[in-house]
Amino acid sequence: MQNDSIKKIIMVSVGVCLVCSIFVCSAAVFLKPLQTQNKKLDKIKNILVAGDLMQEGIDPEKIFNEKIEAAIIEVATGETFPKEKYDDVLNIAKYEIKDIADNEKYGMDIPKDEDTPAIGRMPKFMLIYMVKDASGTVEKYILPIYGKGLWSTMYGFIAMDKDLMTVRGFTFYDHGETPGLGGEVDNQKWKNSWKGKTAINENGEVVIHVIKGQVNQEKPEAISQIDGLSGSTLTTRGIDNLVKFWLGENGYAKFFAKLRKDGSNG
Amino acid sequence: MAKMKEVLLDPIFKNNPIALQVLGVCSALAVTSKMETSVVMSLAVIFVMALSNTALSLIRNHIPSSVRIIVEMTVIASLVIIADQLIKAFAYDVSKQLSVYVGLIITNCIIMGRAEAYALKQPPGKSFIDGIGNGLGYSFVLIAVGFVRELLGAGKLFGIEILPLVNDGGWYVPNGLLLLPASAFFLIGFLIWGIRVWKPEQVEEEN
Repeated sequence: MQNDSIKKIIMVSVGVCLVCSIFVCSAAVFLKPLQTQNKKLDKIKNILVAGDLMQEGIDPEKIFNEKIEAAIIEVATGETFPKEKYDDVLNIAKYEIKDIADNEKYGMDIPKDEDTPAIGRMPKFMLIYMVKDASGTVEKYILPIYGKGLWSTMYGFIAMDKDLMTVRGFTFYDHGETPGLGGEVDNQKWKNSWKGKTAINENGEVVIHVIKGQVNQEKPEAISQIDGLSGSTLTTRGIDNLVKFWLGENGYAKFFAKLRKDGSNG
Repeated sequence: MAKMKEVLLDPIFKNNPIALQVLGVCSALAVTSKMETSVVMSLAVIFVMALSNTALSLIRNHIPSSVRIIVEMTVIASLVIIADQLIKAFAYDVSKQLSVYVGLIITNCIIMGRAEAYALKQPPGKSFIDGIGNGLGYSFVLIAVGFVRELLGAGKLFGIEILPLVNDGGWYVPNGLLLLPASAFFLIGFLIWGIRVWKPEQVEEEN
């Protein structure tokens, strides 16, 4: 058969596509379990990084199981969602922010004028993590946060001290920002610069601010300011918006208020 | 056998795909800020190029010339997806750093160029070696650039501290420019200069 006959062209094209697709499918299917495991481990590692619990040479899953307790809270009231009410969608094991936000029952639209992180919908219930010390008292709260950067929705955690004012850790576990510029959100040094900053003042107002350029350490407001990332104005603005949103009225404010109330009563 | 050796080793200095043919420079800029990413990227490119060359060479007598390029792209793209999946499964941290660049191997002109220029005309064995050889040529440049960038830009190699940084109480002030993609341009320029001083026959004639 002539190589350039129409029949041959179609045969070769179909043949090549079939063989290639078989290879691609098998790679995707057989490697899926490993990849899922990696993703899960990566998330655990990020929770530990946010909570400043990572230790060299110790299995992250072990630290996670020992020190961290997960809970689901209702954003609107700050109340813990009771375990008896868990169902197929809303439970700790299966909780996936994207799915819950899109869920008819458990997600909600954010009013346009309040939607600073540009995420459209958010979950009514959030899965949070509490770091406990040996006696069982909570030391830190690790709270998921997310919002748009320049190209992508960035998913991460912010760890708050039990005083509910001081940041104890900050990290993103999933984003698609430009490597080298906005991608520098993964820079360890920058992430460390969040530790010890005052995010919320005594009156419960969110004061943390990611500024453009470098923080002047001599000024008193430096305690609530974070360096912007150079070359990534829009990513930086996105982070500023999403942190303010999640720590504010639409986010964890009710949860914080409830914790403060419980704390003063007990 | 001597010929096979030439096919394998020529692309490293004598006919380097980046230094002489100036192909595949874009990815060489993007992933070379660290040794780790350079090495993984190199391995991925060697894997893809060796297998795509072999596969295309095997079916070279049956590829209609009118759909030649599309067939090449399909084979290369499939191999790249497989490489990407493998990296995600076995080197998850690196895959996060390489992000889109593994996918972009598809557009790496070296692979397409070797398929066109070599694999479609030569038997599979030689094409396989040619793929590895050119992959090594690409790796040589990537790793050389990665070495300089990570060492002088961050004071580290493979993430292990070599030059103690001023920030951590050492003496070395890192050169931040080397961590930006543009620095790879300079380094590749110097490298091409060096190779051409060593092997003057590579210098293009002036008109």
